[in-house]
Amino acid sequence: MIALETTNLEKTYAVGFWRKKPRVALRPLNLTVAEGEVFGFLGPNGAGKTTTLKLLMGLVFPTGGTARILGKDINDPAIKAQIGFLPEQPYFYDYLTAKELLEYYARLSGMEPKERGRKVEAMLARVGLKDAARVQLRKFSKGMLQRVGLAQAVLHDPKVVFLDEPMSGLDPMGRREVRDLMEELKQQGKTVFFSTHILSDAEALCDRVAVIHQGELRGVGHVAELTSSVAAKVELIWNGSAVPAGLSALGAECRVIGETIRAVLPEAQQEAALEILRRERLRLISLIPVRSSLEQYYLQKVSPEARPAVGAR
Amino acid sequence: MNRVTHIAANTFREAIRDRVLYNLIAFAVLLSGAAIFVGQVSINIERLVVVNLGLTAVSLFGVVIAIFIGIGLVSKEMEKRTLYTVLSRPVRRWEFIVGKFFGLTGTLVVNTFCMAIGVFAALLYVSHKFQSSDAWILVALFFIVLQFLILCSLALLFSSFSSPLLSAVFAFSLFVIGSFAEDLRGFAGMSHGLTRWLATSAAYLVPNFSALNVIGQVAHEQPIATRLIAYNTAYALAYSAMAICGAVLIFERRNLK
Repeated sequence: MIALETTNLEKTYAVGFWRKKPRVALRPLNLTVAEGEVFGFLGPNGAGKTTTLKLLMGLVFPTGGTARILGKDINDPAIKAQIGFLPEQPYFYDYLTAKELLEYYARLSGMEPKERGRKVEAMLARVGLKDAARVQLRKFSKGMLQRVGLAQAVLHDPKVVFLDEPMSGLDPMGRREVRDLMEELKQQGKTVFFSTHILSDAEALCDRVAVIHQGELRGVGHVAELTSSVAAKVELIWNGSAVPAGLSALGAECRVIGETIRAVLPEAQQEAALEILRRERLRLISLIPVRSSLEQYYLQKVSPEARPAVGAR
Repeated sequence: MNRVTHIAANTFREAIRDRVLYNLIAFAVLLSGAAIFVGQVSINIERLVVVNLGLTAVSLFGVVIAIFIGIGLVSKEMEKRTLYTVLSRPVRRWEFIVGKFFGLTGTLVVNTFCMAIGVFAALLYVSHKFQSSDAWILVALFFIVLQFLILCSLALLFSSFSSPLLSAVFAFSLFVIGSFAEDLRGFAGMSHGLTRWLATSAAYLVPNFSALNVIGQVAHEQPIATRLIAYNTAYALAYSAMAICGAVLIFERRNLK
């Protein structure tokens, strides 16, 4: 089943006080996310990631197009019970304690009183806030607020979870915990749609990613495919202190690191390079093909020359 | 309807935990103390002074609370983005607005109740006993609460489309103009042509707070007509409902940037 489907979803704001000018925040977006997928929405700051999430949450209204979550229109109130949302840099009612806040959201989500108490306690324990349950949120650190945010997003057992920059501002430990939680959600069969500009997180967590830039979808792909494709280059590492003559002519980029030398060169020049090393009687340590990383894919997609993705699904 | 109750309860809790509200109650207590003092130095008009000062204090402090909190009900939630996690749940926008309205009016009713106890305590202190005409004070307090209903709905209406500062200016201006609504109607009756038309329109458009002010009457132990109570109640409820509908209509279409 399809968890999320957008068809020509777009948003243009009118900016300015007197003579209002249109500012395109999101160009027609066509995207499909399957149920159970962890989908990364990548893009630099101001790319349109948050606008997309706001459109999906019904916080802003689209200029055109439609979006469906679990087969229902996003404006259908019934669908809201099936989704969880963590906004970017969340801010909550700071006069409430963590427990009161989660109870409030549980009530708004229509959870039964018995289930509510049990779930709130369990969720506070899950995000490591059991001891801070009765502390007002105004005394919470940024990382603790992010944990509360995650807790409220998944408290009501939603089928689809939308997270806007969930790792933003977190320390390495906090990021690890969020990653663990997202992996847990995936194991539970939830669909996770999250925006980020931290590529290592996306590479580690996502089944598929989409790259958005200047409000335009630039590409969609499976992370496994993107990171396993060979970049037609090889990396050679050998013992030595000086770069043999002739390697530069093969187009090798060489770096001396202590007693070893690392060279990256076109795959076609691999045999010629090995022959030079044999001739110079240098000891080869490793020869590995260079695989493209998500970073390369991302940089390629956000480059000025990149064209928008056509019919990206 | 449950969600409206939860939002109202949370708004009430916010106000109660807001120290500004406690300070205002403390100020009201101080003013009641001043009323007692003035009552003691007055000769045979202690009751008049206490009722006048006490009810005026209840009204003014309530107005300040209604405007001060009301203007931030929606805009503060948008600015701090607390609204995002609420509206991403099965909460309709009108439920949010109506919940906020009931939360604030509930706060004001509780606040007025506490202040009213202070007024009656001060009255007992200067008069040593209650008399049957004191019951009209309850009617005056009821009318003050009706004023708060209108003011809260107006503050909420302005809060749904403008900044807190502008909302405060709009709400306070309407309160001042509305307090002279009867005079405005009198002026409209005396004028001619376009001026008459404009003055009449303005007189009926602004909330008629002067009809809801019977402090002078009850201070002079004059009874309040049952018809006026019924008319004022219907008027305040209808006016508030229209302002709330306006707030909902605006908020339903608003992009939460």
